Amino acid sequence: MLEIRNLHASVEDREILRGIDLTVRSGEVHAIMGPNGSGKSTLAGVLAGRDAYAVTEGEVLYEGKNLLEMDPEERAREGVFLAFQYPVEIPGVTNTYFLRAAVNAIRKHRGESELDAGAFLKLVREKMKLIQLKDDLLKRPVNEGFSGGEKKRNEIFHMAVLDPKLAILDETDSGLDIDALRAVADGVNALRGPNRSMLVITHYQRLLQYIVPDRVHILANGRIVKSGGKELALELEEKGYAGLGIEDRVPAGV
Amino acid sequence: MATALNSELSTSKTHLDAFTELEKSMPGHDLPTIARLRRAAIARFGELGFPGERDEDWKFTNVGPIVRTPMRYDNGLSPCVECGSLPHGVQVLSLKEGLNRFSELIESHLGQYADFKQHPFVALNTAFWRDGLFIYIPPGAVVEPITVVWSTEHQSDIPALYYRRLLIVVGTEAQFTLVEDYHGIPQTHYLTNAVTEIVLGERALVDHYKIQHESPNAYHLATTQVVAPYKSNFSTHYFGMGGELVRNEVRVKFTGSHAEATVNGLYLARGTQHMDNHTVIDHAMPHCASHELYKGILDDKARGVFNGKIFVRLDAQKTDAKQTNQTLLLSDDATINTKPQLEIYADDVKCTHGATVGQLDEQQLFYLRSRGIGADQARSLLTYAFANDIVSRIQVPSLRQKLERTLLEANHLPKLEEGE
Ligand SMILES: Nc1ncnc2c1ncn2[C@@H]1O[C@H](COP(=O)(O)OP(=O)(O)OP(=O)(O)O)[C@@H](O)[C@H]1O
Ligand SMILES: [Mg+2]
Repeated sequence: MLEIRNLHASVEDREILRGIDLTVRSGEVHAIMGPNGSGKSTLAGVLAGRDAYAVTEGEVLYEGKNLLEMDPEERAREGVFLAFQYPVEIPGVTNTYFLRAAVNAIRKHRGESELDAGAFLKLVREKMKLIQLKDDLLKRPVNEGFSGGEKKRNEIFHMAVLDPKLAILDETDSGLDIDALRAVADGVNALRGPNRSMLVITHYQRLLQYIVPDRVHILANGRIVKSGGKELALELEEKGYAGLGIEDRVPAGV
Repeated sequence: MATALNSELSTSKTHLDAFTELEKSMPGHDLPTIARLRRAAIARFGELGFPGERDEDWKFTNVGPIVRTPMRYDNGLSPCVECGSLPHGVQVLSLKEGLNRFSELIESHLGQYADFKQHPFVALNTAFWRDGLFIYIPPGAVVEPITVVWSTEHQSDIPALYYRRLLIVVGTEAQFTLVEDYHGIPQTHYLTNAVTEIVLGERALVDHYKIQHESPNAYHLATTQVVAPYKSNFSTHYFGMGGELVRNEVRVKFTGSHAEATVNGLYLARGTQHMDNHTVIDHAMPHCASHELYKGILDDKARGVFNGKIFVRLDAQKTDAKQTNQTLLLSDDATINTKPQLEIYADDVKCTHGATVGQLDEQQLFYLRSRGIGADQARSLLTYAFANDIVSRIQVPSLRQKLERTLLEANHLPKLEEGE
């Protein structure tokens, strides 16, 4: 599904990703952990096509195609989804209007007809129930004035509606209360399947109790320095980065 | 009826001559107060002349093209009025007819607020108006929205010059919504010179909307002058879309304490359109609040001007004034001149102003695109959202929906469904 080879990326001439190799097969869930500033969100952003990052070396194959060549919207239409660590507020556009535009753009790309109002509403209702999203969040402008937890839940709701093949969740668990964490995890698990892969970025092993990963990777200083099974997350929780012999320092060249 | 004057009006001199010629045919010429007002106005225009570059108030707006265009006077028609059933005592009639039936009332208000002494185009309007509309809302009346539609006639060889005049007198504690709609036959060339005077009674509540979608080749010069006494509440929303050269002025004067005004505007300019917005909020009395939000979207080679004056007079303690001006530049060739002008003479006041000029937000664009929405549509959606911030404040549902549709269509976006 996803193959990252020797990926280097920088922001304003400062190298942040310094040679990432990662393979995620269909149906797998991989967790990425790592200290603050290690490059997790940068990796997520590069995969989603954020142009603030310049890829200087390496390649990324998604379903065998060169992902880095595609525009962000094309990636989304091909099934890549990023749940943002900091979801963006869009005043003036309601959540439903926005989602309908997104769903129809994706459907058009797949050669499907646009959903009419009724069919779209049905889809939305179904997914809202799954994520337990409050009704009024639909009619409100995208993320505007949403609480931190509501924003995160809304990201997962978008994911459920857009039905991606590769979902990248960037700290979707941060700032969630126990119930919200449950709801988000249920939403994610409901989407798990043999044809869907996930990259779950998190600081906490707690989420991984609900969303049990196939692999866990530790990212430090722009490189994956350790990989393992789900036990690695537990071990990290116990010993901390230092205990695992992982240095948490600012990358060179600052 | 009125004489059609086919002479060139390219200099102040011709206006003065035209006045002499037309004076006797103008409504109210037999009423001394009105005749005096007209004469005072034309005399003042003679002194002021047309604004030039050195005129600080007209620094960014060159009226040369208007002054140089030969024009003919229109025949002085009153506007179309759309309204529901009107409560007893409400009067909606042409100014000409109003002068026959309510001359005292009109004489005591007309031309008393829109200051022709300072403004050459207001002076011309005051001297030359041939007809217009008079609305009187009696004290305590609650009136459904009244829409006043000004349209143009078919094009002749010589561009027409339309003087639009509106006088609105609202009684104590009355509640009233007024929609002014200016439009013209596309591709026709003309000048609208409009003056609207709105006088509120104490504790009156007036909600005013102005939709300006003149022909893209038209000139539009307008002043809305509002008088807001004790505990009155006035709100206005201006939507400027049409016109090649536009200057829209909104002036609110607080004449009593504890009054409130909301002055919002949205203008969309593209091609070579020039849109100038001047607002003046005169806090002449204490304990008044004003909220102002103007937004502009400029594309292609369009030029925008925003000048927002706020006066806080010596006695106007506890004034609360807020002004915000936001401009979205969609092209590198579009320009905006924005200037807040706060003159504060009282010391216990809260006044804030802020202006932002920018492009679409990159983070928002990326967020939309990362959900599959194409770059063009994402840009359209954000442009729509920027504008909709003002449109969504409209309290008249049918008008709000109409403008929402206009905005969506202008941005090539899908229609809204129920609940969106
Ligand atoms: N647009 C940017 N401009 C400048 N620096 C950036 C930018 N984006 C990321 N960085 C820097 O790159 C480094 C990695 O950031 P990134 O957001 O990827 O970290 P992270 O691993 O997601 O951290 P966290 O756990 O705190 O979310 C940081 O030092 C950050 O300051
Ligand atoms: Mg991060």
